[in-house]
Amino acid sequence: MNAKPVIELRGIVTRFGATVVHDGLDLTVHRGEVVALVGGSGSGKTTLLRHIIGLTRPAAGEVSVFGAPLFSGSVREQRTRRRRFGVLFQHGALFSAMNVADNIGFPLRELRLATDAEIANLVALKLSLVELDPSTALLMPAELSGGMVKRVALARALALEPELLLLDEPTAGLDPDRSMAFVELVRSLQRQLGLTVVLVTHDVDTLAALATKIAILSDRRIVSCVSLEETMELDHPFVDSFFRKPFGLRAGVRGGGMR
Amino acid sequence: MRSPEIATDPAKAPGARSRVRLQGDWTLRALAHRLRGFREQLAGRRDDVAWSLTGISRLDSFGAALMWHAWGKRWPECIEIPDDLRAIIDRVAASAESPLPRVPRFNIVDAVIVLGSALLSFRDHALDFTRLLGLLCLDLAYLMRHPAEWPLREISANVYKAGFKAMPVAALVGFLIGVVMSYLSALQLRAFGADIFIVNILGLGIIRELGPVLVSVLVAGRSGSAMTAQLGVMRVTEEIDALTAMGVSRTIRLILPKVIALTLAMPLLVLWTSSVALLGGMLSAWLQLDLGMAFFVDRLPQVVPFANLVIGFAKGAVFGLMIALVACHFGLRVSPNTESLSANTTASVVSSITVVILVDALFAIATRSIGVPR
Repeated sequence: MNAKPVIELRGIVTRFGATVVHDGLDLTVHRGEVVALVGGSGSGKTTLLRHIIGLTRPAAGEVSVFGAPLFSGSVREQRTRRRRFGVLFQHGALFSAMNVADNIGFPLRELRLATDAEIANLVALKLSLVELDPSTALLMPAELSGGMVKRVALARALALEPELLLLDEPTAGLDPDRSMAFVELVRSLQRQLGLTVVLVTHDVDTLAALATKIAILSDRRIVSCVSLEETMELDHPFVDSFFRKPFGLRAGVRGGGMR
Repeated sequence: MRSPEIATDPAKAPGARSRVRLQGDWTLRALAHRLRGFREQLAGRRDDVAWSLTGISRLDSFGAALMWHAWGKRWPECIEIPDDLRAIIDRVAASAESPLPRVPRFNIVDAVIVLGSALLSFRDHALDFTRLLGLLCLDLAYLMRHPAEWPLREISANVYKAGFKAMPVAALVGFLIGVVMSYLSALQLRAFGADIFIVNILGLGIIRELGPVLVSVLVAGRSGSAMTAQLGVMRVTEEIDALTAMGVSRTIRLILPKVIALTLAMPLLVLWTSSVALLGGMLSAWLQLDLGMAFFVDRLPQVVPFANLVIGFAKGAVFGLMIALVACHFGLRVSPNTESLSANTTASVVSSITVVILVDALFAIATRSIGVPR
């Protein structure tokens, strides 16, 4: 089982009307990797993530997760497969009608396996895992700051003990300080729980700190999927504009010096 | 994935403890199928047996919580466990120590608070509504002085959306109500040989009362709710704030057009619906009572004074104004969450229908001596 890639995309084609977003795209993610998906805006990063989650289906090609096509098997098998990954949406997507504790406990409650005491215990655990105070448990999502929303959403994504974590712009909308703290948190969780992580990001600092591999989405395919140092050596217009422009220099220095 | 197991070794010597060995993956996914049985086997045996957790290949926090709660939140007296697993269970144990704050129970003080806040919120509604009215008046005064800024395009768009597009459904409902009323009245009237009075009943009832109220209910459900939801979502997505930031008056651009459009469109809709309802009644009377259509049309102006048409028209305009005002009022009160959006949309529809019925009663009292033949 360990030999099988966690995510395998083969020949993905996506069309929105007349525009082709992905054209024969391949991507493989192995267990324990942290893959950052980068690309210009409109290059279809989030769409690709939505294919992996199964919210949208590509026009052609196959999405396999945990070694089986995403939509194969009975409804029960599909559901079980889906519960093996947690998703952090860009804006958190917390249920605004529920408080923080109910939001985090919701997936567990839906499973109807754990008792109330166990759920309360696990919710407290997840809250401490994302470094939130237990007193936040009764707050409503509307009362939370941007950083807290992300943390709660991460705690909810972790509720079902996922093996794969999908993050859509995890640090967008956070100030640099908070976003670094959040990146640290994700990294420590990734190590602690042995997660496989796929993230979509625009933030060079985030991917420099987090990613073990960088998948560059350009010209409707993945043009490279290698580590940061190797990416820095690539000769590709996107790498030039993304990493070598002044704002990318910092990460370039760190990326080169850190490892 | 190795499936989780519980193996029991019987006690080797009398008086010694038997040994329970936990093996395999103790994770949420692996445990899911056989959870009930495991729960029973684990429960209530904490200090009776010797536990061995050395055979566990994977343990997640769900598995750890399961054990910890089965053990009654204490470590068993006799346990053999690798350090890394102990750390996982310790973390669960630590978070069990610091429980989540509970939602406080509802008590008599809360009841008083609920009652009080209901009264206060009523006051808030009244104040907000007055403020909205005042703003609209100020806007009207402003627009009188600057006629070039009238939001004519928005008004016409709203007339089209709330008025023209409602015509088919209003006609359908009106026609059926006309048929039903005519049919039911005809049965009664025939018993008295008073067939001819069907014209009076239908004419007066539909033009003066039923037409306006029927259209109001339809429009409140159709356009009122849409207005509330639209304004509400615009608040959630900060579009209204964006308008204000650009120096565009939200009342002139968003609310005034809706209010004016509905005030203009409703009388026309009332006229349309009443005519279709009369047509339905006429058809039904012709089939039921053999009352000729030409005769019906001929007799209608004789028995229904013209004042009734004016009253129907005026009612339409006032009801339209009320529905739009109430809808916008609730739309602006939406706070950025889904619950509030649904609550305000419901409140908007219910209140506008209630307000319409109340105003209708006022109309009935105020016009009791107008247009009723004696």
